[in-house]
Amino acid sequence: MAVDAEAQFHVLAVDDSLMDRKLIERLLKTSSFQVTTVDSGSKALEVLGLREDQTSASAVSPEHNGSSSLKDIPVVVMSSENVPSRINRCLEGGAEEFFLKPVQLSDMKRLRPHILKGRSKDQQLQREENSNTIIISSSGSKRKAMDEEPSPERTRLRFSTAI
Amino acid sequence: MSLMALREQLNGLVNSMFLEGLLDDQFEQLQMLQDESSPGFIAELITLFCGDSERILAELTKLLDQAVVDYQKVDAFVHQLKGSSSSVGAQHVKLACVQFRQFCEEHNKEGCLRALNVVKHEYYLLRGKFDTMLQLEQRIQAYESKQQI
Repeated sequence: MAVDAEAQFHVLAVDDSLMDRKLIERLLKTSSFQVTTVDSGSKALEVLGLREDQTSASAVSPEHNGSSSLKDIPVVVMSSENVPSRINRCLEGGAEEFFLKPVQLSDMKRLRPHILKGRSKDQQLQREENSNTIIISSSGSKRKAMDEEPSPERTRLRFSTAI
Repeated sequence: MSLMALREQLNGLVNSMFLEGLLDDQFEQLQMLQDESSPGFIAELITLFCGDSERILAELTKLLDQAVVDYQKVDAFVHQLKGSSSSVGAQHVKLACVQFRQFCEEHNKEGCLRALNVVKHEYYLLRGKFDTMLQLEQRIQAYESKQQI
């Protein structure tokens, strides 16, 4: 386990296709990221929730301070479909960026700036969890696009749930 | 066959697949991602691709055999296949899927049936070459690990 936490950026990759999970995992590892892959948005939340439970005994609830850090984990969306309206919806829903599949090695460079942004915010707010983390998620055509009930708060949490 | 001859055969096969358009740039990406730390990467991806594809082709055959075709389901499967072929660099299969989705959109059963045949044809053609590729790769890797002893 790396002693220098600064050096290890962690990516949580969400995709229902096993092939694409394998591919993104290899891309990320080759680019020196630590990787966790899951096959659904709900599993992604589980993984993130578990990480929070390491520091607080209480369950993660909407009002719990810990969950506010969830909404600050940057999210990048990837899709095989190049549909501007859907892409814009993702970006408006809180995604930092959109990757068109198949994702390539050159796309990996675009992740770092977003993680660093998230990390400096965590440091500002003196939060320790979820620094150095980014979520990269596929938005499949099987799932509806990101247009849900209006909810100004916790944009990213809603986004994560929606995926 | 010598190690060098095996390597030549493999390179020859892969190059011809690129030339014929069976494989595109994405496969080159995969080649870049495979190294000593992940020697089985391409084999694993190809195996997953073949498993997925055959499952999907079977589903599509069933769906198009119905009197009333559920085009939404058909399209969802074709979309999936298009995605995995795109991820592995299977260009002809991917293009055949694009055509197929057109017919889905038009609810054109005849067109869909023809498109399904094209996809099957392209897939099995590719599959044959992938099989050879993986066999060669396995033999090469066996040679290489023996050499390290």
